[in-house]
Amino acid sequence: MRNVLPVLTVTACLIALWYAAVVPMNQQWAQDQARRAGQDLSFSALVADTMSQQRPRLPAPHQVAQELWNSTVVEEMTGRRGFMNTGSLSNRSLIYHGWVTLSATLLGFAIGSALGIALAVGIVHNRAMDASVMPWAIASQTIPILAIAPMIIVVLNAVGITGLIPKAIISTYLSFFPVVVGMVKGLRAPDQMQLDLMKTYSASGGQVFAKLRWPSAMPYLFASLKVAIAAALVGAIVAELPTGAVAGLGARLLSGSYYGQTVQIWSALFAAAILAASMVALIGLIQRVTLKRMGMAA
Amino acid sequence: MMILRETGGVQWVGMTLAFLLAAGLGGTGDLGATTMLLLLAVVMLGILPQARKGWALLLAIAASLGGAGHALLPFAASSLPVWAAVVAIWLGAWMLVAQLAEQPRLPGSLGRVQGLLAPLAFGATLLWLWEVTVRALDVPRVILPAPSLIWERILRSTDVLWVDFVQTFVKGALSGYAIGVGAAFLFALLVDRSDFLRRGLLPVGNFLAALPIIGTAPIMVMWFGFDWPSKAAVVVAMVFFPVLVNTVQGLAATDAMQRDLMRTYSASWGQSLIKLRLPAAMPFIFNGLKIASTLALIGAIVAEFFGSPTRGMGFRISTEVGRLQLDMVWAEIAVAALAGSLFYGVIALVERGVTFWHPSQRGR
Repeated sequence: MRNVLPVLTVTACLIALWYAAVVPMNQQWAQDQARRAGQDLSFSALVADTMSQQRPRLPAPHQVAQELWNSTVVEEMTGRRGFMNTGSLSNRSLIYHGWVTLSATLLGFAIGSALGIALAVGIVHNRAMDASVMPWAIASQTIPILAIAPMIIVVLNAVGITGLIPKAIISTYLSFFPVVVGMVKGLRAPDQMQLDLMKTYSASGGQVFAKLRWPSAMPYLFASLKVAIAAALVGAIVAELPTGAVAGLGARLLSGSYYGQTVQIWSALFAAAILAASMVALIGLIQRVTLKRMGMAA
Repeated sequence: MMILRETGGVQWVGMTLAFLLAAGLGGTGDLGATTMLLLLAVVMLGILPQARKGWALLLAIAASLGGAGHALLPFAASSLPVWAAVVAIWLGAWMLVAQLAEQPRLPGSLGRVQGLLAPLAFGATLLWLWEVTVRALDVPRVILPAPSLIWERILRSTDVLWVDFVQTFVKGALSGYAIGVGAAFLFALLVDRSDFLRRGLLPVGNFLAALPIIGTAPIMVMWFGFDWPSKAAVVVAMVFFPVLVNTVQGLAATDAMQRDLMRTYSASWGQSLIKLRLPAAMPFIFNGLKIASTLALIGAIVAEFFGSPTRGMGFRISTEVGRLQLDMVWAEIAVAALAGSLFYGVIALVERGVTFWHPSQRGR
């Protein structure tokens, strides 16, 4: 808890910096408007104008917060297509778009971490897999998968796979790697002494795995799951870019950039950030509870 | 049944069965005489116990498998004997990889080359499976082109690939990487001087590093225009936080005893930085640099999806997908993968030179 004050200070500094940057970033447009109207712009009027433009180059923090509030709570409560009026989520609300992205993220994350754990178990127990698969798992990550996401989406669409699955595949690809690396490290964490002890108990391979290797890999697993879910979210967002901006946070980013709606871009960005932060926090919570019950709490 | 306990023994049995199936169902007309002969050779060589297999024998198996795979390609069709032969070659390659991994390690630099053999054989098998499957199933090239087609495309359009490479990698990714890493490093030195700042910035930096920063791409394109500066800006934003967090952590990695020793020498801040804390921080810094190297290329390519001049890897990928020229897309991907791997490899090499003293670098 001793970090609260410094963190708050740094955050406050960042927001102050942001506010300070708003004025010079947006002043061009404000001054052009004033010149066209034949007015002289005082400094206070300039500041007031740069903070409240419709399409600023850099929206002020409160504008983003306002847009976030409007496009979630207000839209669903009072909007014509909102949840209160139609019983289904509005396609103009960030809750709907966030959910679209989140479902692809979670599906991809689930497949990716299962695949990662399975590969790690194979690598730890099989010399041939260790020698042949591991280098390719590393090489596979130097392929900029995000860059070829559009092609994968288009190709899968051509084969008739649409909707959630293509996005989940990108997420899977991005999230399996951290899990493989972390789990290989974790499953190899027991030292020779502990393995020898298991041998004196004449434990079978399965027992060594279940009672020694798996439990000692848990801290590594959770650390890599946190990285994996953040990567899965990035994958889902980028995978939404080429689908023609239909639904999802990535689609909001793209349509925002098409129509110059900067406030919309920033609010989608912050929605993604909030989503990422809360998922990482959730895994952190599960980690704490699990490790505590296993008697490994730090 | 002794053979089952040998390394790769199960694969040998499976391969033999698949070979017999292929030979029984089809003949030289379906598979080609060369394929059959070479496969037979692999079966005969493979029965020898692992202990008696020297490098010459493993090389002979590899050559026969490669030859069999190559000879099978013209006969690729979706029929049972062909699939049986494909399975036989695949199992044979698996056996080879398993036995390569079990070979006693050669001394010196030969050992390093040896470490590459198993993954290379594995990769070649994957490429071959891709090629033969695409040919046998007659997959349309707008869905998945065969590796041979992609290779031809690379040879035909080296000029376009080079222009794209310079635009995206050299101008976008590399310049952004240099600026981002430099800025993060200087900022880390600044942060390091104050404990308060460090405690505040580390959690925030860790949080920001986990965010989908790639989403700032449309904003950067709006601010810096369509050409490479906007791509470099995205790369700067992406690499900044991983490098910053790792450097700050690394600078704090020395223990109190070592810093006290520097103080007894009455070393100045600069001296203790250069002689003690920077060297101690290097493993952390290189960790950040490696993470950032893969991020840089991704950032530069994805930023081009939001607007770019009519060149660049991201531009080419998105337009050629629209024109269904999938072989060109795969050619760009191959270049990107190669460039990314080389970039990573160079950094890993420099790391080995700089942090030779670290436990993770010793004993290799």
